[in-house]
Amino acid sequence: MPTTLFKKPNGLTDKKFHYCPGCGHGIVHRLIAECVDEMGDTNNTIICAPVGCAVFIPNYFVYDSIHCAHGRAPATATGIKRTHPDKTVITYQGDGDLASIGMAEIIHAAARGEKFTTVFINNGIYGMTGGQMAPTTLPGMKSTTSQSGRDPKLNGNPIRICELLATLTGPAYIERVAVDSPAHVIRAKAAIKKALQYQKEKLGFSLVEVVSSCPTNWGKTAVKAMEFVKTDMIPYYPLGVYKDIKEGK
Amino acid sequence: MAKVLMKGNEAVGKAAIQAGCKFFAGYPITPQNEVPEYLSRELPLAGGTFIQSESEVAAINMLYGAGGSGARCMTSSSSPGIALKQEGIGYCVFGEIPCVINSVARGGPALGTIQPSQQDYNQATRGGANGDYHIPVLAPASIQEAVNFIKEAFEIADVYRTPVIVLEDGLIGQMMEPVDFDVPVKKREHTPKSEWAMGYGNGNPHLIEGIVMDAPMCEKKNRRFFKEKYEVIEKEEVRYEEYMMDDAEYAFVAYGSSSRICKTAIKTLREKGIKIGLIRPQTLWPFPQVPFQNKNIKLFIDIEMNMGQMVPDVALAVNDKNKVKFFGRCGGMIPSPEEVVEATEKIIGGAK
Repeated sequence: MPTTLFKKPNGLTDKKFHYCPGCGHGIVHRLIAECVDEMGDTNNTIICAPVGCAVFIPNYFVYDSIHCAHGRAPATATGIKRTHPDKTVITYQGDGDLASIGMAEIIHAAARGEKFTTVFINNGIYGMTGGQMAPTTLPGMKSTTSQSGRDPKLNGNPIRICELLATLTGPAYIERVAVDSPAHVIRAKAAIKKALQYQKEKLGFSLVEVVSSCPTNWGKTAVKAMEFVKTDMIPYYPLGVYKDIKEGK
Repeated sequence: MAKVLMKGNEAVGKAAIQAGCKFFAGYPITPQNEVPEYLSRELPLAGGTFIQSESEVAAINMLYGAGGSGARCMTSSSSPGIALKQEGIGYCVFGEIPCVINSVARGGPALGTIQPSQQDYNQATRGGANGDYHIPVLAPASIQEAVNFIKEAFEIADVYRTPVIVLEDGLIGQMMEPVDFDVPVKKREHTPKSEWAMGYGNGNPHLIEGIVMDAPMCEKKNRRFFKEKYEVIEKEEVRYEEYMMDDAEYAFVAYGSSSRICKTAIKTLREKGIKIGLIRPQTLWPFPQVPFQNKNIKLFIDIEMNMGQMVPDVALAVNDKNKVKFFGRCGGMIPSPEEVVEATEKIIGGAK
């Protein structure tokens, strides 16, 4: 009898991803769908799409879904989760969406301890609008609105979201992961699964930050972009568990 | 049931619970604070959720999620707060979310003042979100009517899957009047929420849509709204009151609080031999057309607590802008009946 080693998770539709080669969105979408499948929640999940490249999330998941206003997914997810407390509710947000225009919503949803999970994609740039500076753009990194490289004196400093949210009492689980290597992808999946598990146990707010890539707007090949995650992004955004109430952290 | 004496804002909260509201999100702002205060205490007792949101923006986006999940939901605010909600209102329109927005207007622009005003007529009827859309706007003139309209707003919202605004002003919100909470409101047939809302898909995904990338499809959706919602609402949901119009030669046009001042002024003017009545739109969108076809009326005198925001709607309905005159106070000032009488005599005198 043949053994299935790998297959598309049930939570994903047959639509082909529109993401660029070397972009992390496809990997993270799959990881979410695998975790939800494994938890038996494929027909019990609602996902909130952000504004950005991942606005097309409803095309790719079989879950109920909603196109949220820019940055407002945590507020919208609050309304959803309070109405359906037994559904698994996920927001999927990029750095511009979550850490810039939606900073108030994410902080307050976390502080209230809203029982949904946020998957936060940090690739240090605005993807869909064409490579403008994000709140997470590294110092010195070029973007279309910081063309000589981000100068903190001129353009301000990047924001570290996990560290910031971990100061709050409301979150139950916060971890930063990356998807630049197979080992990191495996670790990322474990983090997403744990966050969803904490949601299921109604322990509080959970967030997984995924340090990811944007080869197109970084002006790099897929391979070079993954290398940049390792050499530049991860040193600035250290991976690890920032909050875990089960571990007293 | 016997009437109870109740403050407008609290009565609105109680009416929402009676109507089956299960989710409320709001942010403190004068002069509507008693709405969230009342609901923070009473809504959980009725099995609902109350959230004091971090902002007006978050509140309306919480409704987008809760209403999109099938809950009867409401937010409440006042002028600058409603201004902040406009983006989210647009999402609720496009996502076809039934929800009720209680708007207790104060003087503007900006922080303006906290005194009662009707300076948000355009904000309510024209809105500030992007795109082509309309929102039904109900304008009560008493606390009893506010209670009835809140209940009705939930029904209209469900039937057409649209946000509905109940536009009051600080007078209605802050004063106390006797209210009968048992006035029946017709329950209406509507598409079951299990057919479209999130949380009911069960493998047949339900999407609340905020983007339609394909332009022809986006136009199609806009046109569907105009045909299936707005044309029907304009036909079915218009409400107005005519007061002392049978023999009238002149007509006040006023809604909400200013209509009450007009009723007092009518008494004085009639004692002076001037045959004047009142056309009171109870829906500001759709705007009533029929009462303005009255050929006996020499002048339609629009009285508002603003600088004449309703005048273009009246002029379009009358189809003769020369027959439309205006008097108003703004910035939180309330015209006295005497002022209205004086202004009317001047207007009518000038017309002779």
